[in-house]
Amino acid sequence: MIAAIALVIGVILGIVFRPTVPLWIEPYLPIAVVAALDAVFGGIRARLDGIFDAKVFVVSFISNVLVAALIVFMGDKLGVGGQLSTAVVVVLGIRIFGNAAAIRRHLFRA
Amino acid sequence: MTDEPRPPIDRPEQLPDEQLPDEQLPEEQLPDEQLPEEQLPARRPRGLNRGATVLIGILLAALGFGLAVQLQSNSKTDSLAGDREDDLVRILDDQNSRIERLQSELADLQSAKQKLSDSRNGTAAARSEAQRQADALAVLTGTAPAHGPGVVIQLSDPQHGLHAEDLLDVVEELRGAGAEVIQFGPVRIGTSSAFTDQADGVTLDSEAIGSPYTIKAIGDPSTLNTALNITGGVVNTVHSVGGDITIQQSQSVSITALRDNPTPKYATPVGK
Repeated sequence: MIAAIALVIGVILGIVFRPTVPLWIEPYLPIAVVAALDAVFGGIRARLDGIFDAKVFVVSFISNVLVAALIVFMGDKLGVGGQLSTAVVVVLGIRIFGNAAAIRRHLFRA
Repeated sequence: MTDEPRPPIDRPEQLPDEQLPDEQLPEEQLPDEQLPEEQLPARRPRGLNRGATVLIGILLAALGFGLAVQLQSNSKTDSLAGDREDDLVRILDDQNSRIERLQSELADLQSAKQKLSDSRNGTAAARSEAQRQADALAVLTGTAPAHGPGVVIQLSDPQHGLHAEDLLDVVEELRGAGAEVIQFGPVRIGTSSAFTDQADGVTLDSEAIGSPYTIKAIGDPSTLNTALNITGGVVNTVHSVGGDITIQQSQSVSITALRDNPTPKYATPVGK
């Protein structure tokens, strides 16, 4: 509940302040957002499974974001940034789908 | 998050189903862990839990912030700012080839437009030429009224000494002198006009005509006058049969009698 409120507060802050994204962070922000979404869906699933652990969530959230950004950063340095960000998005998307399916089974039993 | 009471309700129902192979491992352990898990917050030190909650809240607020920022920056028109160099080069190439394509399209359209405007001018010229021809043909075939300089002839033949060929001679003489439009009595003379002798007189195009005749002709008045007065010509002939003829030259002869538009039944134009 607190997490949901925090999420809404974050969205509102982003809308209100309308910050310009710094140029160096621009390629990584979408990937980081997707990685964080993956962590959030994983956390919701764990919560529904009853095995939610705050420490695991925090660590996985941060490491997800960092690893995703790192992969894209390395890809940019290696000249395959576009392909690697696609790969990251695909992998994270698959995980999000899997977690969303598990959440759906919990909520709707279907 | 708000469905906290649910998982305990879900568990007993889902376990016997065993419909989720990928979840079976945790599920075997769950019944044992379920109750302790629910009781954990009570057992845990409150401060740690609160710190974790705050951390989670901060992380999720950051996520929401990033999400909103990204959505906004993505919806900006200038979405190229964050693109990579090779992507930008590719986009530039695309734009260049698009420019070339559009320019060649523009050239095509301009030449098409030029062609159309030329043909429109040509069409206007052709139409005015066709109109001119139609007017000339209408005058010649007698489907349009006409006026212009010419002569008006009053021809009386009290003794009925003039026959069809004499009247035809009048018309021929006028034509020979360049008359363009001729009206004989009430009849417009056309290419198919014919004088025919009947027992009680003369018919022109199956219309009975009788003395005195009024003949109007459009042409050069003096030439027409001369042609009629030529020795052994119309005037002499009329006088020889005891008739009388007066020729009045006029600068404005108006001919209003019309002929039906002839529709060729057998002949079709060649070359159209």
